[in-house]
Amino acid sequence: MKATRVSAGVAAVLLMIGVARGAEAPAGASSCTGCHSAPSGVSAMRRLSGLPQAEIADKMIAFKSSAATATIMDRIAKGFSDEEIRAIAAWYAAQKP
Amino acid sequence: MTCSRKSRRDVLKAASAVALFPLPAIAQGRGPRVVVIGGGFAGATAARFLKRVDAKIDVTLVSDNATFIACPFSNHVVAGLRDMEAQRFGYGKVAADGVTLAFSAAQAVDTDKRSVRLADGKALPYDRLILAPGIDIDWKGLRGYDEKAAAVMPHAWKAGEQTLLLRRQLEAMEDGGKVVMSSPATLVRCPTAIYERASLIAYYLKTKKPRSKLLILDAKDTFSQRRNFQNAWKELYPTQLEWISLSQGGNVSSVEVSTRTFVTDFDNFDADVANVIPPQKAGAIAQAAGVADRTGWCPVEPISFESQLVPGIHVIGDAAMTGAMPKAAFAANAQAKVCAVAVAALLRGGKPAEPRLINTCYSFVAPDYGISFAEVFKPGNGMLVDVEGAGGSSATDAPPETRRLEAQYAEGWFKAIITEVFG
Ligand SMILES: Cc1cc2nc3c(=O)[nH]c(=O)nc-3n(C[C@H](O)[C@H](O)[C@H](O)COP(=O)(O)OP(=O)(O)OC[C@H]3O[C@@H](n4cnc5c(N)ncnc54)[C@H](O)[C@@H]3O)c2cc1C
Ligand code: HEC
Repeated sequence: MKATRVSAGVAAVLLMIGVARGAEAPAGASSCTGCHSAPSGVSAMRRLSGLPQAEIADKMIAFKSSAATATIMDRIAKGFSDEEIRAIAAWYAAQKP
Repeated sequence: MTCSRKSRRDVLKAASAVALFPLPAIAQGRGPRVVVIGGGFAGATAARFLKRVDAKIDVTLVSDNATFIACPFSNHVVAGLRDMEAQRFGYGKVAADGVTLAFSAAQAVDTDKRSVRLADGKALPYDRLILAPGIDIDWKGLRGYDEKAAAVMPHAWKAGEQTLLLRRQLEAMEDGGKVVMSSPATLVRCPTAIYERASLIAYYLKTKKPRSKLLILDAKDTFSQRRNFQNAWKELYPTQLEWISLSQGGNVSSVEVSTRTFVTDFDNFDADVANVIPPQKAGAIAQAAGVADRTGWCPVEPISFESQLVPGIHVIGDAAMTGAMPKAAFAANAQAKVCAVAVAALLRGGKPAEPRLINTCYSFVAPDYGISFAEVFKPGNGMLVDVEGAGGSSATDAPPETRRLEAQYAEGWFKAIITEVFG
C-alpha cells in the first residue's frame, strides 16, 4: 500500500531536499521563501538556495546596518543577530539551487 | 483523486489503537497520519511541507473546494484592475507531492478517537490534526447584516462570487454615486486590506467616475500604515475618498438593507454601493472541534501552534490567535512551515525547536504605488511577540521610485508565495 502511494513526484522531492534532511533549517529561515522562492519575476527576490553563504550573510548584515539600500530587507534583517544570519545563510548555501 | 482508501474496519482499528497507545506513531510500525483541514495559504503549505520534512508521514488535505480563490490581489479584481481567473489555483502540485486530497467539508472532529468526519460520510483518523479553516463571517456581529443582506451589500471578504458582485455594483453605479465602506472594531483578517480596497476603489472612481465619492465609516481611530495611507489619499484622491474615524462618528451600529443604509450613533449614511466589512471568527470547524474560545478565535502555543484547549490539534492561519501576528496570507504560510516541522518532530517523539517568523503585508494605494509593513516574531510569554528593533512601515517620506518598486515587489511576493503554496 505504501509503495503505490509514493509517487515519482515524492521521490523527486526527496532527492531535491536530500541535503536539507540532516540539518533542520535554523530559526527564521523558512519565512524567507515567502518572498524568495523562484520564479517571482523580480530579480531582487531571487531564490536564496545555493547562493554562497558569504553573499547572503554579507548582504543581510549590510541591510541590517542600512549600508545597503533596501525597501524592506533592512526592516527584516534587524530581526536577526549576525550569528543567526550566518546560520541562515549557511543553510541556504547548502540547499540545491 | 481517491479520498480514502481505507476500509471502515481499518479506520476503527487504527482509531482505537491511537486511543489505547498514545505512542509516537512510528513505534506502531506505520507512517503517522496527519489530517489537514482547509486548503488555503496555511493548510496547503502545511500539507506540502509535512511531506517534504518526512515523506513517511501520511498526509491528507481536506478541502471544501477543488479550486482555491485567493484574497490577496482580489482588491484589484474589485477595482477592475485584474481578472478573477488570476486568483484561482488548483491542487495538482500539492497532490504530486504525495498529499492525499479529500474534496469534502470537514464536519466534526472526535477528539477522543482522533478522527475527522467529512460531509461525504468518510472518517479520517489522525495522529495529529492541523486546522486551517480561515475565517467565517460572524452573522450575529452586526445588526441587520445576514447572508441575505450580503447579496445586496457585499462583504467580499472571502474571495469569489462576493468579489465579483462588488465589482459589478461599482461598474453599474452612475458617475456621481456614493460608495460607502464600513470597518468593524473587532479583529478581522488582514485589516490593512480594508484601506487598500478603499484606495483602489478611489482609483477606479477617479479614473472612471470622477464625480463619485467613497466614504469609509470606521469603528477605529487608527490602523496599520495610517500615515502612509492618509498621505497618499491626500495626494491622489483629495475629492474621492473620505475617512470617518470612530471619534468622528464612524462606528456603524446597524445596517438597513432595503435602502443600503449604514446607521451610526449620530447619523444615517445611504449608499449607492455598500461594502460591509463584517465581524469575523474562526471557520466553523474550529468551534466544532472545541479549539475556539469565547472570542471566536483559537488560542495556540507559539512553537508548534498546538491548541491551548485541545491537545493533538494544531491551528494555523487566520483561525489561530497567536499574539502579535496578524491574520495575513504571508503569516499563514510562515506559520504552516513552522508547524509542519514541529508536528513532524512531535510525531518522532522529539521536541520542536524555538522558531522565528516573519510577516509582511504589502498594500497598494494605486496600481504603481506600493507600501509595506513588516514584522519579525519570536515566542515570548506563551505567545508570539515582536522582535524589538525590527519591522515597521515603509518610510513616510519615501520617493515615488520606492513606491513603484514596492508595487513590483508586492507582485513578486504574490508570485513567490503562490509558487510555494500551489505551484
Ligand atoms: C481583500 C483581501 C485582501 C488581502 N490581501 C492580503 C495581502 O495582500 N497579503 C496578505 O498576506 N494577506 C492578505 N489577505 C489575507 C489573506 O487572504 C488571509 O490571511 C489568508 O487567506 C489566510 O489563510 P488561511 O489558510 O488561514 O485561510 P484561507 O486562505 O481562507 O483558507 C482556508 C480554506 O479552508 C477551507 N475550509 C474552511 N472550513 C473547511 C472545512 N470544514 N472543511 C474543508 N475546508 C474548509 C476554506 O474554504 C478555504 O479554502 C487579504 C484578505 C482579503 C479579504
Ligand atoms: C517581504 C518579502 C521578503 C522577505 C520575507 C525576505 N526578503 Fe530578502 N529581499 C526582498 C527584497 C524586496 C529584496 C531587495 C532589497 C530591498 O528592496 O529590500 C531582498 C533582497 C535580499 C537579498 C539580496 C539579494 C541580492 O540579489 O542582492 C538577500 C541576500 C536576502 N534578501 C535575504 C533574505 C533572507 C535571508 C530572508 C529571510 C530571513 C529574506 N531575505 C526575507 C524581499 C524579502
